[in-house]
Amino acid sequence: MTENYEDMEFFAPGHGMCAGCAAPIIVKWVLKLSGPNTIVVNATGCLEVATTAYPHTSWRIPWLHVAFENSAAAASGVEAALRATGEKANVIVFGGDGGTVDIGLQALSGMVERGHNVLYVLYDNEAYMNTGIQRSSATPWGAWTTTSKVGKANPIGKLRPKKPIARIIAAHNAKYVATANPAIFQDFKKKVQKALSYEGPRFLHVLSSCTTGWRHDPSKTIEILRLAADTGLFPLYEIIDGDIENMRITYHPKKFKPVEEYLKMQGRFRHLLKNPDLVKKLQDDVNAWWEKYGYH
Amino acid sequence: MEIVYTRGGVIPYPGNSTENKTGSWRVFKPVINYEKCIRCMICWQFCPEPAILKIKDEDVKKNTPAPKEPIKRLPVPEIDYDYCKGCGICYNECPVNAIDFVKEER
Repeated sequence: MTENYEDMEFFAPGHGMCAGCAAPIIVKWVLKLSGPNTIVVNATGCLEVATTAYPHTSWRIPWLHVAFENSAAAASGVEAALRATGEKANVIVFGGDGGTVDIGLQALSGMVERGHNVLYVLYDNEAYMNTGIQRSSATPWGAWTTTSKVGKANPIGKLRPKKPIARIIAAHNAKYVATANPAIFQDFKKKVQKALSYEGPRFLHVLSSCTTGWRHDPSKTIEILRLAADTGLFPLYEIIDGDIENMRITYHPKKFKPVEEYLKMQGRFRHLLKNPDLVKKLQDDVNAWWEKYGYH
Repeated sequence: MEIVYTRGGVIPYPGNSTENKTGSWRVFKPVINYEKCIRCMICWQFCPEPAILKIKDEDVKKNTPAPKEPIKRLPVPEIDYDYCKGCGICYNECPVNAIDFVKEER
């Protein structure tokens, strides 16, 4: 942590991630801040598929790919091996929302419970984008996906709210849990640095926009992510040692923007705008969250 | 029966995806107007490739035009068109509108 590697790139260009994808921004910054003494474990997902098309790799540091469900288990093994040999390195997991919130939750829960010294970074694009935009448990209420279709029978899209994964992991008494957003850059950077400075299981839930799944122009990636924070839809907070009561909100928008501003930039929410009641329900949900937790 | 041993799935060196020149994906092309660029590096910060380089060479810093003389002390952002996919995040995020987004001509 003493040396500064910000001007070095440990994530090489030439990967196959879509133009405008936010995941490489998150990955490149986590690696810049962790430095070369890092081992990455990558769950199956867009990031793994698109950065390691044989015979190429975009990773300039040791990298291990495992299945959808066991990245946290594999990282536990890597960390245990380091401990056994007395070596020191940052072990970082990158997983998408499918590989973390749905399929890999059991392995992640076990990793945190066993207290492995691993930083788990969830880049959350809110659906199974790699396989064709199927809904995941991290898909927000009201979003269109190919498995939460919108029509006469269902004018809403996904009918269930997003799983509060950061709070679930915090409930395991993880050392450090935070939600972050690369568009709120200083907050994001500070949280990555803070997470790297702790020992023990750490979890970062980072929102990551997907141009194809969220249906927006590639150039609007950061603008949309910023709106996710400024509308209050994706609150940024941190929880240390599982102390959910003392959760600290790290980013209070100066003035909350109406949720429409976030919705209208994305094709996946287009149907909601035709129905003001649905938009109002979402706004009420956001207001209720901030009323309940906003004092933190 | 003779057994033929072949090499397995070998990736010759880390980070060799640089062999893929993803610049060919580009439809629109960002072009930095150095007369306006304040070298804040926000484009470099948000480039997902990463295809924006931070040039620290003293000659480049001095010889690249800048809106004000003191700005010439700062590193210069330079777009690597070999890899730039033309997403336009840099163009959208530039605080001083110093990046033009023009149709790619090949």
